[in-house]
Amino acid sequence: MAESSEVKVLGAWPSPFVMRARIALNIKQVNYAFLEENLGEKSELLLKSNPVHKKVPVLIHGDKPICESLIIVQYIDDVWSSAPSILPSDPYDRAIARFWAAYLDEKWYPSMKGIATAQGEEAKKAVVDQVVEGFVMLEEAFVKCSKGKPFFGGDQIGYLDIAFGCFLGWIRVTEKFNGIKLIDQAKTPQLLKWADRFCQHPAVNGVMPETEKLAEFAKILMAKMRAANPPN
Amino acid sequence: MAEEIILLDFWASMFGMRVRIALAEKGIKYEYKEQDLVNKGSLLLQMNPVHKKIPVLIHNGKPICESLVIVEYLDEVWKGEAPLLPSDPCQRAHARFWADFMGKEVYDVGKKVYMSKGEEQEATKKEFFDTLKLLEGELGDELYFGGDTFGFVDISLITFYSWFYTYETYGKFSIEAECPKLIAWAKRCLLNKNSVSKSLPDGKQVYELVSELARKLERK
Repeated sequence: MAESSEVKVLGAWPSPFVMRARIALNIKQVNYAFLEENLGEKSELLLKSNPVHKKVPVLIHGDKPICESLIIVQYIDDVWSSAPSILPSDPYDRAIARFWAAYLDEKWYPSMKGIATAQGEEAKKAVVDQVVEGFVMLEEAFVKCSKGKPFFGGDQIGYLDIAFGCFLGWIRVTEKFNGIKLIDQAKTPQLLKWADRFCQHPAVNGVMPETEKLAEFAKILMAKMRAANPPN
Repeated sequence: MAEEIILLDFWASMFGMRVRIALAEKGIKYEYKEQDLVNKGSLLLQMNPVHKKIPVLIHNGKPICESLVIVEYLDEVWKGEAPLLPSDPCQRAHARFWADFMGKEVYDVGKKVYMSKGEEQEATKKEFFDTLKLLEGELGDELYFGGDTFGFVDISLITFYSWFYTYETYGKFSIEAECPKLIAWAKRCLLNKNSVSKSLPDGKQVYELVSELARKLERK
């Protein structure tokens, strides 16, 4: 029976994408084993379970691997179909949620990563402006999707909350390192409140890393990146 | 209830073609509006302000953007006709994974084939064939990526077939020579599915378009 098969998540604690899978499982109250991967030396299980991309997260349900974080979240919603639902019930609302999740991964996340790699103040400001522009659009989306309720998903956290909220740890680290506010009272007041609610949600607060811990990790990562790519 | 469905599209877009195929599979009547991608019209900009791209499906005044999001939407709303995604959750996840792969890996490497030259192009050609052989492996001995029936993954890839002539001419190779199973699959889709033969433009016309755009870029 699908529901009592063993569930494993191959992941890495700093990864926002891995967090998505874990939050979804928590919402459904599904027990799972979290197998921490050393991304410098990927395990055989990871390479076997995700031969195409060799990336985390991978959900292994019984003996079946499911890859790609948003696909995993939808799979979890499909299999553990008892309440609470992760995707909205209305097809149009689902299309909107999927649209914004795709935007986050394909447009917004690359610009967010660009803040760390931007060379020079002007370039950095341009990327920060792009990221903030994205947040302003997401603020509007929040107002439309939430319809006055606490989350994008309404009363409960849903697909778009998970897709977006997983990045909050890294957003806070970026704000800290650059002395800026990316989500702020002036331009994105609703998102500011939503962010706190999301991080405090019981399905989230056990898996969202503390900003300090993530900041330490980020420093080590950036040092490694600089060593591998010294400036000309 | 009268449904009003409009598709904002561009004839050569492999993403727009996906939606055309899905609409045809479901037997849905719609109004096709060809878009000028250089001077974008106000309807497109209003309906897809975030990306300003086609395809956009407008269903009773409400826009849906992103080709695979649109196809899933059509599959969910017009549930009765020609199901495009499998019903089993694991197979659905599998279908979504591969459909996603087409739009990213296949699209990116295909584009590099006609945009690169010399040594870079040689390296790209190898990557291109590695990618297509991976897909042949995934297809295996099945008729379609969906198994016995044409479905979501087939739709996500078949539209690239109209670009194969462009890849082959720029890359100076034959896809059929390297990947005969994939070409056999593509021809099967064209032969067996009206939705596909109706929705795909002639490969030579796509090549003309790409050459014209390349000439314009060179003149700048």
